[in-house]
Amino acid sequence: MLRLRLLLTTLLLAAAATRMDATAAVPLPPGPQSSQTAVQTPVDPIAALQLLKSRCWSCHSAEKRESGLRLDVREHVLGGGDSGPAAVPGDGRSSRLLARVSSPNVDERMPPEGPALTAAETVLLSAWIDSGMVWPEGAEATVVPRHWSWQPLVPQLPESASTAPAGAHEIDLFIRDRLQHSGLSPAPSASRETLIRRASLDLTGLLPTPAEVDAFVADQAPGAWERVVDRLLASPHFGERWGRHWLDRARYADSDGYEKDNARPDAWRWRDWVIDAFNSDMPFNQFTVEQLAGDLLPEATPMQRLATAFHRQTLTNTEGGTDQEEFRVEACFDRTETTGAVWLGLTVGCARCHSHKYDPLSQREYYQLFAVFNNADETTAVVPLPEADVRAWPERQARHVEKERALQVRLQELQGPLLPQFETWLAERQAAPTGEPAGTAMPDDVRKALAAGNGRSPAQASLLLAFWGRSQPALKSVYEEIDQHKKASPQKPEITVRVLAARTRDPRTTWVLRRGEFLEPLKELVVEPAAPAILPPLQSRNPGQPPDRLDFARWLVSPEHPLVPRVAVNHIWARLFGQGLVRTVGDFGVRGEQPSHPELLDWLATRFTGRPLSGLQPGWPQLAPWSQKQLIRLILTSATYQQSSAQHAEGQRLDPLNRLLWRQNRLRVEGEIVRDISLQAAGLLSTKIGGPSVFPPLPAGVAELSYANNFRWIESTGEDRFRRGLYTFFKRTSPHPSLTTFDCPDANTTCIERTQSNTPLQALVTLNNEVFSESARALAGRLLALPSGDTVQQLREGFRICTSRVPSSEELRQLSLLLAEFEADYQQDPAAAGKLAQPAATATDPSAVSRLAALTAVCRVLLNLDEFITRE
Amino acid sequence: MQRNSLQEQTRRTWLTSSGCGAGAAALAALLTDDGLLPAAGAAAPTPLTPAAAAAASVAEQLSHFAPKAKSCIFLFQAGAPSHLDLFDPKPRLNELDGKPLPKEMLEQVRFAFIQKDAAVLLGSPRRWRRHGECGMDFSDFLPRLSQFADDILMIRSMHSEQFNHHPGQLLLSCGRAAFGLPTVGSWLSYGLGSDSRNLPAYVVLTSGRGSSGGASLWSSGFLPSHHAGVLFRNQGDPVLNLSSPAGISGIQQRRSLDTLNALNNARFEQIQDPEINSRIASYELAFRMQSAAPELIDLGGESKATLDAYGIDRPQHPQATGRGNVANAHLTYARNCLLARRMVERGVRFVNLIYEAWDQHSDLDKDLQYNSWVVDQPIAALLGDLKQRGLLDTTLVVWGAEFGRTPLGENRRGRAANTGRDHHPFSFSLWMAGGGIRGGQTWGASDEIGWHAAERPVHMNDLQATLLHLFGLNHLQLTHRFQGRDFRLTDVGGRVMTEWLV
Repeated sequence: MLRLRLLLTTLLLAAAATRMDATAAVPLPPGPQSSQTAVQTPVDPIAALQLLKSRCWSCHSAEKRESGLRLDVREHVLGGGDSGPAAVPGDGRSSRLLARVSSPNVDERMPPEGPALTAAETVLLSAWIDSGMVWPEGAEATVVPRHWSWQPLVPQLPESASTAPAGAHEIDLFIRDRLQHSGLSPAPSASRETLIRRASLDLTGLLPTPAEVDAFVADQAPGAWERVVDRLLASPHFGERWGRHWLDRARYADSDGYEKDNARPDAWRWRDWVIDAFNSDMPFNQFTVEQLAGDLLPEATPMQRLATAFHRQTLTNTEGGTDQEEFRVEACFDRTETTGAVWLGLTVGCARCHSHKYDPLSQREYYQLFAVFNNADETTAVVPLPEADVRAWPERQARHVEKERALQVRLQELQGPLLPQFETWLAERQAAPTGEPAGTAMPDDVRKALAAGNGRSPAQASLLLAFWGRSQPALKSVYEEIDQHKKASPQKPEITVRVLAARTRDPRTTWVLRRGEFLEPLKELVVEPAAPAILPPLQSRNPGQPPDRLDFARWLVSPEHPLVPRVAVNHIWARLFGQGLVRTVGDFGVRGEQPSHPELLDWLATRFTGRPLSGLQPGWPQLAPWSQKQLIRLILTSATYQQSSAQHAEGQRLDPLNRLLWRQNRLRVEGEIVRDISLQAAGLLSTKIGGPSVFPPLPAGVAELSYANNFRWIESTGEDRFRRGLYTFFKRTSPHPSLTTFDCPDANTTCIERTQSNTPLQALVTLNNEVFSESARALAGRLLALPSGDTVQQLREGFRICTSRVPSSEELRQLSLLLAEFEADYQQDPAAAGKLAQPAATATDPSAVSRLAALTAVCRVLLNLDEFITRE
Repeated sequence: MQRNSLQEQTRRTWLTSSGCGAGAAALAALLTDDGLLPAAGAAAPTPLTPAAAAAASVAEQLSHFAPKAKSCIFLFQAGAPSHLDLFDPKPRLNELDGKPLPKEMLEQVRFAFIQKDAAVLLGSPRRWRRHGECGMDFSDFLPRLSQFADDILMIRSMHSEQFNHHPGQLLLSCGRAAFGLPTVGSWLSYGLGSDSRNLPAYVVLTSGRGSSGGASLWSSGFLPSHHAGVLFRNQGDPVLNLSSPAGISGIQQRRSLDTLNALNNARFEQIQDPEINSRIASYELAFRMQSAAPELIDLGGESKATLDAYGIDRPQHPQATGRGNVANAHLTYARNCLLARRMVERGVRFVNLIYEAWDQHSDLDKDLQYNSWVVDQPIAALLGDLKQRGLLDTTLVVWGAEFGRTPLGENRRGRAANTGRDHHPFSFSLWMAGGGIRGGQTWGASDEIGWHAAERPVHMNDLQATLLHLFGLNHLQLTHRFQGRDFRLTDVGGRVMTEWLV
């Protein structure tokens, strides 16, 4: 309460201060007055232009001229727009501009969005016009340099870099420079235990094992940290962790969405492509081009076609009675807007129905982007299964052929002694070619073979033998076995997947759609693919033809692009610090936040693209162009990343949001990881990578809530119950509740940034859900199996497995106490002990059961520690 | 106007999770103690935690004017019931039964299934009567509900632009037929928090089969996930994972939490991250929910008269049939209506009671009769019960669906007879009662065959604007900035229907 009040007071004071500044120069109260009395003190024209800039120019300037009006050039203000001149110098009160900003009628009042102008602001405008509307030469440029994010990159080290000690990390130069100016100092490095846990969670989403922690703590040789980072970057789990980030943005799911929400049994194939791409560190420019336009690459490979499934993650509505064109257009909107959000960091969707209210993006420009995707058709492609399957195939195939041969040999062996009988049968049949025994249906080809007599071919001969043989009791089962075997012939290692491909016939014309309504094309407004005016032009590689998807994809990752490298680098940064250098990771437009460290962002973005850069110091690593792994490595090797995440009063006071990075941020791990690490601590987690999505246990009644109950969740068995969360089958209309409870995105729209909530429902999951109790039980079993039967050792090791650090004596005391209490309980109540310990308790010794139950109860507490699910 | 920045600032102050997450706000919705309602007007009692204090203050700040409603029970009749057979009698339609629709009307429209060229109008065989002092029309399918005519505002001029289920349900729930947006209950939770100490602000109950919209009908969209509806289940624990594992007693659960809290507290002393305190509080709240939710669903304290009024144990209808007859819907619907009342009593803000049963493309008469039977008694009992307990004044009850059904019979190819109606967004009926609504009114009118909303049309966004208004919220000001835009429930539309209010 008090805190809020204080804050309110501060706000009001700030507002009052502004008012005083603005009103100091002009008489109050405002009211009809002659210009003579008004012009007394000079008005700061820059302040007036600043005001126009912040409140008017987003709609009334060169980039967008709502109602034909521009307020960014003096002549245009005088000339006015559709409804006449906006201002008459020397007469503020009767200017249309003033009338509109101070109108009591909400429908008339400008600006239409956000708060009305304050009295002070109105007075400022009025006074400025009264005093002759002074407009210094070129003032608009000084008032508003073009929005930062669409200006070219300016990579520049801070001045303090020149005096920095040799060997200083480039990132730290930028961060420390800002901290120093703000009177803050960076936090000390986190402990080695924390560091390795942080890096393991950030890079693989898994816990370090106690042995890995020990090895790192003991490694006093230079480069120990780099070795840990390199090991983690090379881990195949890196692709799972960072692939999942990408899947969020791709709105990846295993079902269609909408009412019917049918399964997409092939979706996982593209998911695996993403994992592989991260593991092989596919350069981000190639990664981009293949996903947006892989099909258009010269001699596109099946894998490049597969990549285009990025934009097949759009929803499909197969509800009865839908107009498929409506949902085709809808998917195309989604492609346009997802591309805008993921690569450009722009909220282009706002311009689907009308020109963007804040960013200079017209509705026409929206449809120019839409046109990029409008001639991509939804189709399928046959692509190879993952490499392991492909590699295994020849052998499987050979085994199959081999077995068939063996069966044939066996058949011949059995046939041998019976051949005379066959000859007899044949002779009888030939004697009576038309007469068939009653009840024997003779297929045409058999009859033909029979009729051919001595002129029959070898194939016909064996056909007859087989026909006869199948009716012989001694041969029947071999024939059946052969039939079965043929049916089980290994499938070719390939799969049909949903992809996008360029439309080959009847190219669609793209029109601006009135209010985004697919039935209302504005036929006079034909558009072709083009870039928004604020960005570099998009050119076609084929002279005389409009640019296509491939041109567009290459344009995105051209090194000169101001947005894409910044946005991509910011995404990576955000995953490693919990917030981006631009905190609004999905909005680099004028409504987005300014970067906290603009120079650093540009520096890293330039490094990322591989463009030459001056100021590089010897010892700083070369980075391969567009390498995400190398950029991540660069960040992890900075002292900034390695800081402790502990808070302190001074930092909280000066920079409560930690914008300046005076410490690391503490982050709750994502929903999938919460379960992954519980299973891992328990020793239950399957580390298998890729393959079809799996169906771990799901509470009863959840799948039934999908429409018309048309979906069965058939629980996986064996290892697949314990796969990592990213492999859990994602049904859009009834996703697994343990995932959504922990803020996993719903996959209906692109998710640039997950929310991170902290709710009682989450506590219920980790306290009571079956998977988590199973983990507690398994962890307890793991501890009981330690060679030392010592209780304290067991608790110590359990704590270490979960937190990567050694517990304090107080922590150990608490846990020991709890264990003793539970054990006493369970000794008195063996039935309860049996319930908790089952089904793992095979021991009949009641004291062993109560021991396991009590330790399970304690492990359950460990798996619920804040520290356990937090990346420090 | 200052509200927006205030909202942002206060939220920022108490969303302490390193500026990266929603943090303590998660609690705010659930922690807000009883009596912290802006409507109460009284001084707030000592709040539980700073987070709760912040929530209370925000609730005070966010109410733009004195609210009438504290809670809403939304009777979501998913699939879209035929208004022409329940609420909107059309004698002219009966006269034209079997005749084609004028061509110029047909050209303008799209259908899900109807073959336009051969389509003919389908009259309603229902018998109609006027009820209450106001003389409101109800068909003979809803005999008990019609006794509440004088409490009901019947809107006969609803219209929408979505004619497929899922998009239509999104429009009704989120204000726009798009994904990723918060639903009505999430907006209320976001705007006002909860009045319950132990229960979520937003609860979802279902009867029968799953709905077209699935989980998107209770999504919090871009709002933090603690504003999402919490699904109460019809089997097992009322809330997922509510029971402690077998072998852990209540006392042992308490003891486990005590140790957990002690360890987490020790961590907080070192790290000073307020998010740790939020986590401790979340666990405490979870613990309280473990007893509050079973108490909520335990109907042992209800009188036999009450149970009978809702039809808790009623026998199945002799002609149980159709898509509404799934999983004992007649029993779960009765129980859910009673649970809704119990939730409202305990401070739950928004109860969404979904019954996906009404998509009668065929066999309309039989199926509609059955579904109406399923809901009629429990809803009437709910209205009566709320009234008797003095809760109806502060509880808004809404009957709503994504659209209505066509005056044309559905002549889907391959079907012998027209026995059903297709989707119809151009005009349909919806009703509200309580929570500041002036009952005994029939608002607007469809044209003589029930095709278009002819008089005083009401868009979904108008309905939503009015709903928020009843809670003391200005729909233009209850906004959340996401991706640079200030989103609101009513998208770019919405008019508060002041004529509806008490």
